[in-house]
Amino acid sequence: MTALVLRRGPVSFRVERRTLVFTAAAVLVILGLGLLGLCYGAVWASPAKVFAALSGSSGGSGVVIRDWRLPRVLSGVVFGAALGVAGAIFQGITRNPLGSPDVIGLDSGAYTGALIALTVLSGTSAQLTTGSVAGGVVTATAVYLLARKGGLSGLRLVVIGIAVNAMLTAVNSWIVLRAELEVAIAAGSWSAGSLNGVGWDDLAIPFAVLAMLLVLLALRSQATHQSGLGGEVAVTTGVGLERLRLHLVLIGVGCTATVTAVAGPIAFVALAAPQIGRRLAGAPGVPLLPAALTGAALLQGGDLLAQALLAPVALPVGVVSTAIGGCYLIWLLTKEVRRT
Amino acid sequence: MTARLTARDLTLRYGDRVVSTRLSLDVPDGAFTAVVGPNACGKSTLLRAFVRLLRPTGGAALFDGRAVGEYPGKELARALGFLPQEPVAPEDVRVRQLVARGRFPHQSLLSTWSVADEEAVAEAMDAAGVTDLADRPVHELSGGQRQRVWVALVLAQRTPYLLLDEPTSFLDITHQYQLLELLSRLRDQGRTVIAVLHDINQACRYADHLVALRDGRVVAEGPPSRVVDAALVDKVFDLPCVVVPDPVTGAPMVVPSF
Repeated sequence: MTALVLRRGPVSFRVERRTLVFTAAAVLVILGLGLLGLCYGAVWASPAKVFAALSGSSGGSGVVIRDWRLPRVLSGVVFGAALGVAGAIFQGITRNPLGSPDVIGLDSGAYTGALIALTVLSGTSAQLTTGSVAGGVVTATAVYLLARKGGLSGLRLVVIGIAVNAMLTAVNSWIVLRAELEVAIAAGSWSAGSLNGVGWDDLAIPFAVLAMLLVLLALRSQATHQSGLGGEVAVTTGVGLERLRLHLVLIGVGCTATVTAVAGPIAFVALAAPQIGRRLAGAPGVPLLPAALTGAALLQGGDLLAQALLAPVALPVGVVSTAIGGCYLIWLLTKEVRRT
Repeated sequence: MTARLTARDLTLRYGDRVVSTRLSLDVPDGAFTAVVGPNACGKSTLLRAFVRLLRPTGGAALFDGRAVGEYPGKELARALGFLPQEPVAPEDVRVRQLVARGRFPHQSLLSTWSVADEEAVAEAMDAAGVTDLADRPVHELSGGQRQRVWVALVLAQRTPYLLLDEPTSFLDITHQYQLLELLSRLRDQGRTVIAVLHDINQACRYADHLVALRDGRVVAEGPPSRVVDAALVDKVFDLPCVVVPDPVTGAPMVVPSF
């Protein structure tokens, strides 16, 4: 294992070469998919046109690219990364590749909160975000309390989470059925998890919130990786584990809920991204950065596929991620059940 | 005999089960202390209280006269290193990466691989005899090799105190003695070693100071040659025995007498 070591004054880092190569490759893929996303649409725009539109030199014809396609592409990147780290956080805490927020019901819970905000209140961006964060926190607390006897790790929490998820999905359908027609139509297309029609107005608050959460997470990333050693060694090497876990759960729920508030519950990105990322990066445990990069690439790729599959009808990206991720989930479940 | 690591009137419990009541103990500096006793006598629990994996419900575990729970996490982790019974390695971790995790209490946000880190990891792997395994994935190693890797992690922490919870379980007899030899060398280099040991004969042979626990109380403590006799073994383990000198070292050796 070759590694790069950087030392200057009090600053020192060591990066495995494979991690570095993976990071560079992932960034290139994300940029490539981003460009493709800006080119693709009802009318194909050449990359030259895209660059002209981005630099603002193309006048009126750039509006489609700047105001329609760019927010969608950026939300694919940012939301994908947020879902990826949320998955890594919960898989790390539960020490189980199945313990991701979309499987244990946090997406559905956040969506319940958002639906309540939409049907009971007026459904502004701030209300939706608050509602879905509240829904996520309540769900996380409920799952934790129900699973507490078995500890944080193990299949018990996952199984209880799956049950909670099923119940919340039913509640969500019920709310949509009871809602007024136009609200129900809006909520219905959103319920699969979709980036269709996402605009700048929807993104200001969520991007600010996610940026803050990701910075907080970056500051705690070393302790997070150290906690992958398990509770005992983490504590005796100096990790304040209880507080760290609380912070991580809040950050993870915050990421999931913020994405859900804008795009609905996009399933399986959080489940698959951390595991794919760690294998590609060849890194130990459930590392955060590979999860973020893989999540960004997955959601972007999935969204492009969703737009292209039945074009000109744009599918919700959640349909694509569910179809692909569902197969992965079945494989993972059979593997986990065999292991225990 | 000085002691920086002490327990005063320590009461420990898991849920409703009281493990020890008002236990007091001094861990002599620079010595190899072995903690022995029957199953569920509270020996592991005592160690866990010292490294604050368990919060006492009464009394305190003290380091330099200050309750261990009052130290900032990393500061205590630079003084006390701990090897639990069955640590779990992260998936796909390699030996060098795992040992390097022992440097965590010495690192900060901007300094994660200083020259001191690199030296400490190399030295720890050397002392534990795992340098040759550095690039191997931990999950591919045998039980004995893996245990040495974990010891290396704790050594990389460079703590003056080493606490080990049954470090010889799951090892074959050769690896058990290799590990005990390593611990005595570390003691010779000036570290304080506190180990929970299952085998009283190994404890007698290697320990400078023996602590015998039963039902969460200290039944006897002192140098093995002074405290270990048939009466004590019967009292602690309910085992009728004779105690004879070990033919190699002269330390007390317990032989069951039925």
